[in-house]
Amino acid sequence: MNNVQNKKRANKISLPFFLKDEFKVSFIIVFISIILLITTFTFDIVPPILNRGIQPATFPKALLVLIICLTLGIYYLSLKKPWKVEKKLPKSFYLTLLSFVLFITISKTLDFFLAISVLSIFVSYHWGEKRIFYLLLVSIIFPLIVFIFFETILGLRFPPGIITNIYYY
Amino acid sequence: MENLFLMMAPLFSAKLLLVLFFGTLFGLILGVLPGLGPTTGGALILPFTMTLDPLSAIVLLTSIYCAGTYGGAITAILINTPGTPAAAATCLDGYPLAQKGEAGRALGVATVSSAVGGIFSVIILVFFAPLLAKLAYEFGQPEYFALAIFGLTMLASIGDGSPIKNLIAGTFGILISTIGKDFMTSIDRFTYGINELSEGIGFIPVVVGLFAISEMLTQSTMLDQVFKRVALKAVKLPSLKDYKLIWKTILRSSGIGSFIGVLPAEGGTVASLIGYSEAKRWSKKPEEFGKGSIEGIAGAEAANNAATGGAMVPTLALGIPGSATTAVILTGLIIHGVRPGPDLFREQPEFLYGIFGSMLIANILFFIFGFFGAKLFARITLVPNKILWPMIFAVSVCGTYSLSQSIIDVWIMLFFGIVGFFMRRFGFSVVPVIIGLILGELVEGTLRQSLVIFDGNWFMFLTRPIALTFFILSLIALAFPLLRRKKLKLKIKK
Repeated sequence: MNNVQNKKRANKISLPFFLKDEFKVSFIIVFISIILLITTFTFDIVPPILNRGIQPATFPKALLVLIICLTLGIYYLSLKKPWKVEKKLPKSFYLTLLSFVLFITISKTLDFFLAISVLSIFVSYHWGEKRIFYLLLVSIIFPLIVFIFFETILGLRFPPGIITNIYYY
Repeated sequence: MENLFLMMAPLFSAKLLLVLFFGTLFGLILGVLPGLGPTTGGALILPFTMTLDPLSAIVLLTSIYCAGTYGGAITAILINTPGTPAAAATCLDGYPLAQKGEAGRALGVATVSSAVGGIFSVIILVFFAPLLAKLAYEFGQPEYFALAIFGLTMLASIGDGSPIKNLIAGTFGILISTIGKDFMTSIDRFTYGINELSEGIGFIPVVVGLFAISEMLTQSTMLDQVFKRVALKAVKLPSLKDYKLIWKTILRSSGIGSFIGVLPAEGGTVASLIGYSEAKRWSKKPEEFGKGSIEGIAGAEAANNAATGGAMVPTLALGIPGSATTAVILTGLIIHGVRPGPDLFREQPEFLYGIFGSMLIANILFFIFGFFGAKLFARITLVPNKILWPMIFAVSVCGTYSLSQSIIDVWIMLFFGIVGFFMRRFGFSVVPVIIGLILGELVEGTLRQSLVIFDGNWFMFLTRPIALTFFILSLIALAFPLLRRKKLKLKIKK
């Protein structure tokens, strides 16, 4: 068991630096920060006569520079002490992520309530629930209770859609 | 005396008693379920509080906080999985004792210690919050800026994650707060032409995303996890012999927990770890720790519940969250139009003392519920994730949408859910993001207003004694994790 772990660790250490998690994460943070930093230069500037204190772009600029410096700091430290990242992500994670995409697509094109139902049944099924009653519970009965609760008690109006319209009209 | 009457007010309000009852019950359920806890639960319930008046809303959130913190101990003892991070230290002795067939005794010690710790901390809250608020009258913009910086630097030393990663997360939180129209000049920042972003990003989509949705994604990676539950007959109150053994530990940990709670950004997790290690240090039988010592359970549980009242001190007196859950409570205060700070003490004492009194009652209520219902609550862990989390998703989506009836908020929630998942995966805590987001406006606002007062001279900050003190404390807070690591290295070398 220990040998397997040592082998895995050795493999991780022998990876080229740009494939290691530490580099990838630090690179993404720095890359996004630089893009945002460039964006701050497009912010409108207050004329000196009206300006009180600092320009609106100065504070976000300072924050982004701080994030970049701190990220370089954690990358430097990770060279001495690599991060401990949990096992590879399982299929169920990607399926859950896919359910979010489904949710966004359906709620934007068809119906908000339908999107919740589809996500619920999709997630529940792929997480291992095969019993019809429980699948109906999470996909229809519970969302319906939540819908009615929000609609009647909180007075919320959900966005129009193929199912919601039947309820409203 | 007048304040004492104000504290007792919730007892005479049927509505508040009902809110307390459900809040405590809901808090216990949330605390018992691993992955949920009072912070995520509080975030989920936030949109629903909009139907309540401000006092009822905050009473609901604080009762969830108190009961949820205790609830974590039930799962820690029975299934060796802390329901909340603050109950992690309880596992160390709670589960071994339960395995010896003394689950009832372990839960009895945890229940008594939690209730005593919680009540002790409310007393601290009643005395210290007004004192701190009085001190805050001396604060101007530069002092508030220095205080907010101190609160943020304290993030470096919070329990989980590396100090630098916590600081990056905190800075990211402040950066989120800059999205939208600049409050001084109305100039758009990071809006990219999207009208909905002009108003800035709301707290709730970020909070629900970072806590609930990211946890849902985390749970999707742990589907093969199986809990082994130790059988529980009934909760047993500690015997006289047990009390003799643990009373000093409970009092010490209550003091430690309250103190740690008062420090900005620190919370129950740090408090319980320190409470546990101090209990071991002072124990006559330290060798029994880790094998089912009731002193270990008492030390951890009294400390994490004592941190609840402690954490409310800076939250109410200064508007600086004392922990992750108080950050959610602070969000609740803000969305209900209540601005915490010294003025709150002067203008709305009935509101404040109502909260204090409710916290006291919540601590008594969870003692009763815990004592008589622990067996039932333990059964909640049997609800499978494959049913629970889709339901939580439905509530999260509708709750987030309900605030401004904007679908953009739901996208933002999902976005932060994914961001939160990857942050946690790579060792970044999500708590500093929330604290940064809440403090962001205060930091930027007070900095810019201070610079107007000082005519752009940054060195003027150093001429203000209170501000200077906070800056020095900030430096200490930043240096503390480094010193702690060096000390640990030296210890290992020796």
